[in-house]
Amino acid sequence: MAEPATTSSFTGTCPVPFRDYPHVLMAHGGGGRLTQQLLRDIFLPAFANPQLDEAHDGAVLEVGAERLAFTTDSYVVRPLFFPGGDIGTLAVNGTVNDLLMCGARPRWLSAGFIIEEGLAMETLWRVAQSMRQSAAAAGVTLVTGDTKVVDKGKGDGLFVTTAGVGVLEWPLHLAPRAVQPGDAVLLSGDLGRHGMAILSVREGLTFEGPIESDCAPLVGPVRALLDAGLQVHCLRDLTRGGLASALNEIAVTAQVQIDIDESAIPVQEAVRGACEMFGLDPLYVANEGRFVAFVPATESGRALALLRGDPLGAGAQRIGQVVAGSAGLVTLRGRIGAQRILDLLSGEQLPRIC
Amino acid sequence: MKYLDEYRDPILARQLADEIHRVTTRAWTLMEICGGQTHAIIKFGIDELLPPALTLIHGPGCPVCVTPLELIDKAIEIAGRPEVIFCSFGDMLRVPGSSRDLLSVKAAGGDVRIVYSPLDAVRLARAHPGREVVFFAVGFETTAPANAMAVFQANREGLKNFSLLVSHVLVPPAMEAILSSPVNRVQGFLAAGHVCTVMGYHEYGPIAARYRVPMVVTGFEPLDILQGVLMCVRQLEAGRAEVENQYCRTVRFEGNRPAQELMKAVFRVIPRKWRGVGEIAASGLGLSAAYAEYDAEQRFGVAAYTAAEPAECISGLILQGVKKPSECPAFGVRCTPERPFGATMVSSEGACAAYYRYRRTPLVGGR
Repeated sequence: MAEPATTSSFTGTCPVPFRDYPHVLMAHGGGGRLTQQLLRDIFLPAFANPQLDEAHDGAVLEVGAERLAFTTDSYVVRPLFFPGGDIGTLAVNGTVNDLLMCGARPRWLSAGFIIEEGLAMETLWRVAQSMRQSAAAAGVTLVTGDTKVVDKGKGDGLFVTTAGVGVLEWPLHLAPRAVQPGDAVLLSGDLGRHGMAILSVREGLTFEGPIESDCAPLVGPVRALLDAGLQVHCLRDLTRGGLASALNEIAVTAQVQIDIDESAIPVQEAVRGACEMFGLDPLYVANEGRFVAFVPATESGRALALLRGDPLGAGAQRIGQVVAGSAGLVTLRGRIGAQRILDLLSGEQLPRIC
Repeated sequence: MKYLDEYRDPILARQLADEIHRVTTRAWTLMEICGGQTHAIIKFGIDELLPPALTLIHGPGCPVCVTPLELIDKAIEIAGRPEVIFCSFGDMLRVPGSSRDLLSVKAAGGDVRIVYSPLDAVRLARAHPGREVVFFAVGFETTAPANAMAVFQANREGLKNFSLLVSHVLVPPAMEAILSSPVNRVQGFLAAGHVCTVMGYHEYGPIAARYRVPMVVTGFEPLDILQGVLMCVRQLEAGRAEVENQYCRTVRFEGNRPAQELMKAVFRVIPRKWRGVGEIAASGLGLSAAYAEYDAEQRFGVAAYTAAEPAECISGLILQGVKKPSECPAFGVRCTPERPFGATMVSSEGACAAYYRYRRTPLVGGR
């Protein structure tokens, strides 16, 4: 029997049902249902406020006449270097992309380094160089930071946390809540490359060509949409949990149904092959340079053309639409024509990939 | 993608479905044996393409689902020991034992690792001579040869710190158990393609003849399954009960002989308990006398464990095809993938998990 929810008041009792999991599992960090449970039962009630309740990639804050976006993210990827990037490029691009998803121009970043005793100095230097290059490419400045060293065996080489501030220069309010029936769902490119690049390296599998992470700052394609004055309702990058998790979160927050079409979703051959071998679904695999845009259907043609005009949006597709339907539901029209639920994962697909 | 897209072609799928509609004149109940087939059927919505007169019921072919509770408890006990590196396929980690699962053992400090091959576990044993490396050998005839190879290699290298927690089960005895049950509804089988890749299908002829039931060895892609259904329905309509091979691009009559030889050397046939079904005679594999020292149950003294299954869970009836997941009052309410009662809700190949994931609301699919 479900116990009555008592999350609104502080009772001194942990609201996460202990009979399920008295300890944190890897799956609590996987971006699926258990992650949602952590947020819903522990963090959101502890810190509740209007900005947090927006359930967006970052918070939008008003400071005088300015609107600022503020976000943070931690990176625990293993291995530290992988085809297409490293922990440094991830740490910069991930936070830059979260700011862009708020409709902000990314400006300033902080970086915190938790370093395990014994890490090669050259490794740290290479990561710093990557971060410098990525920051320059994204037009952001790393203005403050922190360093901690932990005992050997108490870290995994290097963990990096970045936070970022951006300025909202466009007169738009992008948010999952702004998504509405009649919106088209646009996807900026092919799916699954980051997660499968990491997994292939970790498992020592090689395919006909190496799978490279899609890790990239999304400044170009996002600016193309926003500069053109399109009525964009929401942007969301498709990191941990992939496309399926992002759409599920948005469908719940906006109280809409989202219908997508599998045959419109691009996935590279090598990524499909790797997913088949590992028994994974590319729709749940992490990306670090892909996003979805929700725009009114009448503007979708123009939005697609703008996205495709940027190299990072060259593979953009319209993959579905928002309908009134059943609030919180995401459906997928499969290749052979049947429609089914595209659900949140209960546990994790891949351990620690971003 | 080559070798996959050909078997997911929507036009060919439609043509096969049309042909099934054309040849079906009566109501028939078929069972797909393998959990991989169940998952494909639900994921691709194949049952929605079939005529209403055809009923597909989901068989016992998910190794995770049929592993008895007490074996999970044994795994949890062994994995919690400080000297042990416990290796398993990923799916087993979330299966609830009597009180907790292997993921919780890991979170509490146990050294539990997901491997993609039992040979990875042998490699770990080689690399950590001071630790005990245990591999959770779960599965049907499909995974048995690789697990046999792991023991064979460990033995050849003299790795004394490697052992198997064996939970192998065999398909033909389970088919017989279903057919001889008084509540049996199955009139035709889609036999499991990958099991037959290893074992061939010479074992099925006598069963098909004795119970007058057609069997079609079937693959796992949408076109495979549709063609398997078509072949099975054609037999039923014609009153035939033969063994046919749809999955001929992989399966040979005699199967993979070297794999069978290795299995025979390392394992022996024993009675096994099936979760939700109970003990079936000669339905599983244990280590043979020559390899008995690699038996983790003996090494860690857990052989005598027993455990009772949750009373409300009907996974046994689901595994036998007597009920569908949606007919369980706990389904999706008290029993979900986060709080599963039984393994059919935990495993990604389990019928309950497949139903929950793809069609738990009546808005989408489902008949």
